[in-house]
Amino acid sequence: MNDMQPNDVAPNCTEQRIRLYDGSERRIFLCDEEVPYPDGKLIVSSTDTEGVITHCNDSFVDMSGYSEAELIGQPHSILRHPDIPKAAFADMWNTVQGGEKWAGYIKNLRKDGRYYWVYATVVPNKRAGVIKGFTSVRRKPSRDRVNEAQALYVEMKKAEVNS
Amino acid sequence: MKLKLTVSPDFPPEKLAGWHIFNTWLQRQTGLASHFDVYESYEELHSAIDAETVDLIYANAYDSANLVRDKGFIPLARPAQQADEVVIATSIENSAEKIEDLTPGINIATTADPDVRTIGMIMLEPANIDSANSQLQSYGSYPLVAKSLMKKDSQAGFFLADAYDRLSKLIQSQLRPLVRSHIQLISHSFLLSPRAIAHKDTLQELLENMAEKENGPRVLDDLDSKGWRIPDQEEVEFMIDLMSTLVSD
Repeated sequence: MNDMQPNDVAPNCTEQRIRLYDGSERRIFLCDEEVPYPDGKLIVSSTDTEGVITHCNDSFVDMSGYSEAELIGQPHSILRHPDIPKAAFADMWNTVQGGEKWAGYIKNLRKDGRYYWVYATVVPNKRAGVIKGFTSVRRKPSRDRVNEAQALYVEMKKAEVNS
Repeated sequence: MKLKLTVSPDFPPEKLAGWHIFNTWLQRQTGLASHFDVYESYEELHSAIDAETVDLIYANAYDSANLVRDKGFIPLARPAQQADEVVIATSIENSAEKIEDLTPGINIATTADPDVRTIGMIMLEPANIDSANSQLQSYGSYPLVAKSLMKKDSQAGFFLADAYDRLSKLIQSQLRPLVRSHIQLISHSFLLSPRAIAHKDTLQELLENMAEKENGPRVLDDLDSKGWRIPDQEEVEFMIDLMSTLVSD
């Protein structure tokens, strides 16, 4: 996956390198500024079984800051924010690859380094009993639930670093 | 074979006349005998489906999911333009100006339409309101949902956006919309039962080209429709997957 570019990001971003689920590394830029989730909208995307984006709607494009052309063909981890513990993503992958629905609160990273919180639900696309890909639908979360998730993720990240 | 046509019971009585006219038009165009059945509740409709007395249905997305996945119904057509969107409104006298101003414990006025309920409850989540900490009160029509808000029996009302827009200016002036969905992917669909599969091509050709058929434009006007398009199976499967992310288990 391409590194994030300094020219694309908001002022006062800090640079980091993160290791992704497949073992690869990516340079990212982080800015401590949340972008509010738009009222009444759903962010929708589909991936193949490897997590590569095959479809996204306009709300996905608007909130991610990437163009549709920049998103299609990229791994969904293009949105991965380092504040979300690896265990949360592992739980999601294990659940949906096992054919079940997964839901949880996720902080997503935008192209400009800012972030947005969502309540995400991921389902396997089963066709004739075979998983052909996954559909993810994100909606506006409760702020109280986000605060609870954030506190939990901080603890999980501490445990991640210490392990 | 007599084709039994019906629609989800979310259509207000004043729109059913258009469906009776559609049924007559369908018979003249196809030469098939067909009968339009009206079910007043989802329970009645679901019993009829279980009894295999529905051949052609214009179903909401929630029912479409069950009919396609569990009953083997075949997607025939979807609206060319309209998607089903939802408005949550409150009384103009309520101090709430946005969803987050509502608080748990409220009464919510709604109809029995499962799509509207599902989308409505999702849009209340930012206010920490769910089915466990609120009371859903079901009404027979959207004007009655509006009346419940105006009488302050309810603090939030769920409306199909089209139905909200059709409320009189006087009623709308007594309400404050708090949010309107922009999902764009959820709509009703024409579905055909597996028993009637022999009529699939005829019906799809008729629906897709309805505006060019004799009296087609007038019948479309009666249905408040801009016409229909033929979806592929994957499009409908995708909508069903999407619905499954929205309903709680």
